[in-house]
Amino acid sequence: MKHETIETNVGWLIVLTLIVISIGGLVEIVPLYFIDDTIETVQVDGKDTIRPYTSLELRGRDIYQREGCYTCHSQMIRPFRDEDMRYGHYSLAAESQFDHPFQWGSKRTGPDLARVGKKYSNEWHVQHMMNPRDVVPQSIMPGYPWLMQSLHYKDVADRMRALKMVGVPYSETQAEFDANVERYGKDVADKLNINSAMDNLISQAQAGNYDGNKNDITEMDALVAYLQVLGTMVDFSKFDEGHFAEFR
Amino acid sequence: MSKDKTQQTVQTTGHAWDGDLQEFNNPLPSWWLWAFYATVIFAIVYWVLYPTWPVGNTYTKGVGNDITYTTTDGKEVTSHWNTRSLLLKDLADARAEQAKYVEQLKAASYSDIAKDEEKSAFAYSMAKVLFADNCAACHQAGGNGVIGPYPNLLDDAWLWGGTFEKIEETIRNGHVGNMPGFKGQLSAREIDNLAEYVLSLSGQGSDATKAQKGKPLFSSNCAVCHGQDAKGQILMGSANLTDSIWTIVNVPAAATPEAKRAAIVNLLKTGKSRQMPAWKDRLSDTEIKILTFYVHELGGGQ
Repeated sequence: MKHETIETNVGWLIVLTLIVISIGGLVEIVPLYFIDDTIETVQVDGKDTIRPYTSLELRGRDIYQREGCYTCHSQMIRPFRDEDMRYGHYSLAAESQFDHPFQWGSKRTGPDLARVGKKYSNEWHVQHMMNPRDVVPQSIMPGYPWLMQSLHYKDVADRMRALKMVGVPYSETQAEFDANVERYGKDVADKLNINSAMDNLISQAQAGNYDGNKNDITEMDALVAYLQVLGTMVDFSKFDEGHFAEFR
Repeated sequence: MSKDKTQQTVQTTGHAWDGDLQEFNNPLPSWWLWAFYATVIFAIVYWVLYPTWPVGNTYTKGVGNDITYTTTDGKEVTSHWNTRSLLLKDLADARAEQAKYVEQLKAASYSDIAKDEEKSAFAYSMAKVLFADNCAACHQAGGNGVIGPYPNLLDDAWLWGGTFEKIEETIRNGHVGNMPGFKGQLSAREIDNLAEYVLSLSGQGSDATKAQKGKPLFSSNCAVCHGQDAKGQILMGSANLTDSIWTIVNVPAAATPEAKRAAIVNLLKTGKSRQMPAWKDRLSDTEIKILTFYVHELGGGQ
């Protein structure tokens, strides 16, 4: 095909340009789907320890996205010494395998949150959300006092179904439930059951009482439950130091 | 003039639009062309040295630049080049660099560290960073805390004990402090009297008759945790009520005797639960030791 034919025909020009620029993406992304080690296997006693979010944590994650937390906070600790010392063990690909969309990010106005779980008390998180300056005087984070409103959770099962369609292993049928029992153990499989999503959400919120208010299930309950689980699913003391380097 | 000259010396692509619009076909500058060839050669060398090409379900691992590092338990590991091993090597190198100080601290007792200038200087500078990252979020950058949830670490009042051993235990295992609320158990009048008695313990009372009525209530409800002498008990993390240090309600800041009493009444009604997280899974033994030393130094440790 002659240079002139392409340049004088908009249709050809568009199609061929798209093909050329997609090559860069294709050669970098497609092979990762075929390479065994892309997502690390993280198992203790034969069970996966990285699980999808429970119904309450999932609602917390929705709120995290609604409020745009990701515009200032990343959730990806890179394998550098300074990040290891400040935030903890580098993030594994497996740790965001159930995130749709992932929360990696390359801009940090606030600190990285990939391992913020269990670092602070629930009370600290609640105070910090209400007015960050109460606990960190130099903070420039805005307050989110409206999170104390009641949580809307009637549609949580539908939200889980939507994620199931893109591959998150929530269970609806008995066969799927059995597969989860095999993969995660009974306790975790119960939490991933769509049929009892609402009951699970209510009991986790009441047992955890994340917002310090027992009378109501609030958005704060959900958000704090989500923050407290971030980065806590892998017990790195169970693995050799170089174990996860072997996947790269 | 110059236009004519250009048209003579420069090739055009040969096609014309709108009658006379033509496109120059200048050859690439040779320096650019050679730089381009150089990047191609660089890429080929890179492919050989570093992990690059996908092959089925694995990939080429690169040759000639293996990474060798020593793990914390002294094993030597060699791996093909990858960023994770590179990090482990960085960490191992830094560990080796700091080892001579850290080993000393590991072996030293708290009083040794305090006496030795070099050891305490190292512990202090390392602890500052650890404190800023792990403790300052609650206890504040200077350790002054927030009245209500997070105790001040600068004063010499210690809820859970201020010796090295007690501080270390607190950091390592955390604590849950619980002051129960007495709303259902005591009447509003009783709570009011009790609050007046509590104020009188630290010499801030203003109504001796009320305080007198509150005294038996204290013995039957509060002394279990705070002790008959109201000096608090380290075992339960209960506060000393006879000094003028307040960690939950800001009594000294209240202007009038009524406001002071109201603050305490409020606490007596609702109670307060506080949590110090456990750090043993996040921090190493040496890090906990260094932080203990630092916190002890901050606030007149015992």
